[in-house]
Amino acid sequence: MANIKRSPWLLHYDGSSCNGCDIEVLACLTPMYDVERFGIINTGNPKHADIFLVTGSVNAQNESVVRQIYEQMPEPKVVVAIGICANNGGIFRECYNIKGGVDTVIPVDVYVPGCAARPEAIIDGVVKGLGVLAEKRAAMDVKEAIPTNTAKEEA
Amino acid sequence: MNTYRIISVVAYIILAPFIGGLLEGFDRKISARMQRRVGPPLLQPFYDVIKLWKKQIIVVSRAQAFALITYLALIVLTGAMFFAGTDILMCFFVMSTGATFLYFAAVAASSPYSTIGANRELIQMMTYEPAVLLACVGFYLAEGSFNVADIATSNKLDILYLPGFFVAFVFILTIKMRKSPFDTSTSHHMHQELVKGLTTEMGSRNLAVFQIAEWYENVFLMAVVGLYFINSNPYSIIAGVVAILAVYFLEILIDNTSARVKWELMLKITWIVTFFSAGVNLLVLMLIRLG
Repeated sequence: MANIKRSPWLLHYDGSSCNGCDIEVLACLTPMYDVERFGIINTGNPKHADIFLVTGSVNAQNESVVRQIYEQMPEPKVVVAIGICANNGGIFRECYNIKGGVDTVIPVDVYVPGCAARPEAIIDGVVKGLGVLAEKRAAMDVKEAIPTNTAKEEA
Repeated sequence: MNTYRIISVVAYIILAPFIGGLLEGFDRKISARMQRRVGPPLLQPFYDVIKLWKKQIIVVSRAQAFALITYLALIVLTGAMFFAGTDILMCFFVMSTGATFLYFAAVAASSPYSTIGANRELIQMMTYEPAVLLACVGFYLAEGSFNVADIATSNKLDILYLPGFFVAFVFILTIKMRKSPFDTSTSHHMHQELVKGLTTEMGSRNLAVFQIAEWYENVFLMAVVGLYFINSNPYSIIAGVVAILAVYFLEILIDNTSARVKWELMLKITWIVTFFSAGVNLLVLMLIRLG
């Protein structure tokens, strides 16, 4: 079970971010922070990803995109909202086109505040997300186990 | 002799994924050090595959899983035939058939990225095939046999006769191992213009199968590199292992110091290198035979 925590592959999506948080997310990959130490890879492909990093708030146009990306990711998956805009809309909250934080569209597991969120905070958030990932994987096993038990009882 | 062959085939089938995975672990570690990073743990490729195996299976196309398993089976067969000491030409034919199934796996999912990756994979096959076939011809001209067992147990040191073929073969290894500048069918790092190319639509277990097949293939290709050095002298095995590690390191170095090229350039450079190194070597060998 520890293995799922050892190889978290990220998918980064920029909602309507000002690019501040995006730059910090990419900074995590540089030699300075080197998230590959934890086996983290930035995949750019929802079918390979375990952790969905969203920066920026969700607006009317990208709502369906966020939802579609989330649906394409195989279970177990974790959503990490990076920066205050992704958390609740931030300074863009009152804009006519903004729906608010990412949690208005898809369930969010970890909130990383900040404007922009610092690379240390992002790494911290992702590592917290790993705990959630492991829990979700364990829950999958339980779900898989239940139908087989009932099938046996019926037989 | 027969028991020896059986042992080496069984050892290949069991050990190749572990050796391939470890080589990839070293690859990622050394790459990271070249970029002044710490890099992932050595066993990271195994963690990745185990994780992929445990993820939810999203079926994009039923044909994809079938094609990928056939790809894996054919690649294992390629290596098994090689370690059984059979015809090297036949090994490469089986490998090409396997690569065709990989193409089918990619086009089975009607994703544009996957399709572009698949088309580029076909171009890659076209690019490396002459060097591969010439490598087989070279072994025949030097040894008078296509059989791996005969080549590996002869008294000749093949590299002395086939330096040009060796250069061409190492050159196409960059394509076969999906390293930049020739990683046109699947981009290895991050999100680029073709996402993950060939493997874009391969999720969870399918990607794990693909990864394991790559490990088998890499071990087979490295064994072919070793074949240039190994002869009846037992010490030649050490030379073979050293050559394999040196070639692998060279591939990592090339990977880390070059950016991806367009397929036209890949085709041109590779065919020019193949023609001038393997082709000239071939002419020389023919002249020696005639004389």
